[in-house]
Amino acid sequence: MKIHEFQAKELFRQAGVPVLEGIVAKTPDEAVAAYEKLGGKVAVVKSQIHAGGRGKGTVEGNPDQRGVVVCQSVDAVRQAAEGLIGKTLVTIQTGPEGKTVNQVFVEAGCDIARELYLGIVLDRAASKPVLMVSTEGGVEIEAVAEETPELIFKEHFDPAVGLEAYQVRKLCKKLGIEGNAAKAAFRFMPAVCRFFVDYDCSLAEINPLVITGDDQMIALDAKVTFDSNALYRHQDLQELRDLSEEEPSEVRASESGLSYVKLEGNIGCLVNGAGLAMSTMDIIKYHGGKPANFLDVGGGANTEQVTEAFRILLSDPNCKGVLVNIFGGIARCTTIASALIEASKVVGFNVPLVVRLEGTEVEEGRKMLAESDVDIISATDITDAAKKIVAAVS
Amino acid sequence: MLSDRDGVLIEPFLSSFLFNLLHPASKSEMSILVDSNTKVICQGITGNAGKFHSLGCRDYGTRMVGGVTPGKGGQDVEGIPVFDTVEEAVIETGANATMIFVPPPFTADAILEAVDAGIEVICAITEGVPVIDMVRVYEKVRASNSVLIGPNCPGVITPGACKIGIMPGYIHQPGKVGVMSRSGTLTYEAVWQTTNLGLGQSTCVGLGGDPIVGTSFIDLLKRYQDDDQTEAILMIGEIGGSAEEEAAAFAKAHVTKPVAAFIAGRTAPPGKRMGHAGAIISGGKGTAEEKVAALEDAGIVVAPTPADMGDAVLKAIEKAS
Repeated sequence: MKIHEFQAKELFRQAGVPVLEGIVAKTPDEAVAAYEKLGGKVAVVKSQIHAGGRGKGTVEGNPDQRGVVVCQSVDAVRQAAEGLIGKTLVTIQTGPEGKTVNQVFVEAGCDIARELYLGIVLDRAASKPVLMVSTEGGVEIEAVAEETPELIFKEHFDPAVGLEAYQVRKLCKKLGIEGNAAKAAFRFMPAVCRFFVDYDCSLAEINPLVITGDDQMIALDAKVTFDSNALYRHQDLQELRDLSEEEPSEVRASESGLSYVKLEGNIGCLVNGAGLAMSTMDIIKYHGGKPANFLDVGGGANTEQVTEAFRILLSDPNCKGVLVNIFGGIARCTTIASALIEASKVVGFNVPLVVRLEGTEVEEGRKMLAESDVDIISATDITDAAKKIVAAVS
Repeated sequence: MLSDRDGVLIEPFLSSFLFNLLHPASKSEMSILVDSNTKVICQGITGNAGKFHSLGCRDYGTRMVGGVTPGKGGQDVEGIPVFDTVEEAVIETGANATMIFVPPPFTADAILEAVDAGIEVICAITEGVPVIDMVRVYEKVRASNSVLIGPNCPGVITPGACKIGIMPGYIHQPGKVGVMSRSGTLTYEAVWQTTNLGLGQSTCVGLGGDPIVGTSFIDLLKRYQDDDQTEAILMIGEIGGSAEEEAAAFAKAHVTKPVAAFIAGRTAPPGKRMGHAGAIISGGKGTAEEKVAALEDAGIVVAPTPADMGDAVLKAIEKAS
């Protein structure tokens, strides 16, 4: 689960990770009031969307309007807020369709001496969280990793213990941080690592992490993603979820226990199991088609879930045909077949439907479908299924 | 002098030691991890899934010797005795393997309890375990003599001998291919293809779809390489992480048996999680192209589509002979 920058910074503040004063605003008037409350000197107006690259991103139809604006007057703040709120911001991470800016974060300015990078992720190869820092702050870290990987420094840490003092010392040396700034690092770095563990993060990224003229260390940005599987033990975080930032059909699917990702193509896919669902997309593409989605109905799919899955697939106007690929293990083919027949009554299929059934109770399942009045193109195996659906939609 | 705690650890060790003396693995039964001598318990046996699959495994022929649900010791599930703790179950039954069906918040603890009781093969079927829990568990498992399969996996099966998990038994056939996979139903697809081609399987292992799992492709490559029954290896990977690249490098250096592979998610867009918590291309890393290139560089035959996994094994065998 992703949250906004201003939400992440509030959590940082509570966890002892230094951030600047800031106020979230939903209208230009609120933005101006926030600017005045912050002292009315230098402030930064930052669009709040669940995507990075905002500083370089531009508003659709207004290429001069950037997603992050430094302001030194009431007029400038008002202009920036008017240019952003309610508008669509397109950044390198949003895709060409962009994301609507519903609010901005007005944040006090500071005296920046150095810009660094700090990020914590799970290193799957080491099966441990890893703290990564770099001297190259403020730029895309992927580009740094690509061009100058020697400028990224890593320390793995034990979640139970946190970052050890010697690890901070090593990183300070490599980053060229000394004196009072190093003292700040001894508080800052372990605090972010503790935050990562305490809140079950899957990502905590600060880019840039700045050192100020008076040797303070401050999180100038904050990008935090939580492990969805751990949200049950963080009731408070669930309130931070912003459903307007998520694809509505994906939200709907997750409410029914389905795993769904919307894609650009025109062949709807309904599959059991994530690996098989991905492979089904792959084989459709291999035979010249384009999948409209990834959809895993899971192992214990019931009639309600299959019906809801069809509703979601068929509500996509791009969907010109549906491929059902089921390898019944725990989910029996008969269950899927009867769910399919029920779903056809409730939803009404108006596009070609190719069905491939295999596995537990397959003969009975195929028979049920053949005897029903659902209009189905049946397929014998996964290749046959892919070829038939590609032919049916073209 | 031994403390109480040492006693706790030694008893299960002794019982499994005695068990092995009484039941030496016969020469005809090879495979990896589990065979017809494996004695299995189920943690969470009184829950719906635990009960259903315990009975399914027993029907397949697995020696299901017990189950564990705290507070329900003394009961039985259709003749399978239930114990309060794993330690107790091990002492009473000589169990050396477990399958875990407890809910996600309690899975880490259930794994640690099994490790503590000296269980040799632990299959965690549960989906949705918080990753940070697994960081803690992973360290302890690796420092022990236990092998953890999963979490979020279908389990492990040596066809005709022992099934631990949720896979449909009938699609398998005793044979020569070691199948290992990060995905469930895609494994069934692969197994079905190798069965239809008459190759059969030595042991099939579902590693699990999570970012941190107890056993890696490399761990299994070592075991398959040393196993006489396994004549070829099929590895089914997916986008995300770098496990397949690491396995490719290992196979290139250490595996002499023919290896075939398939990577799911060639058409998946970056940044979108494809069902499994682990299946996500992030920061341009973990793409199918990179993985396929690494595998081919290691001389591994890569199936172009999921329909060609069985064929890829045949090609790999042909290429090696």
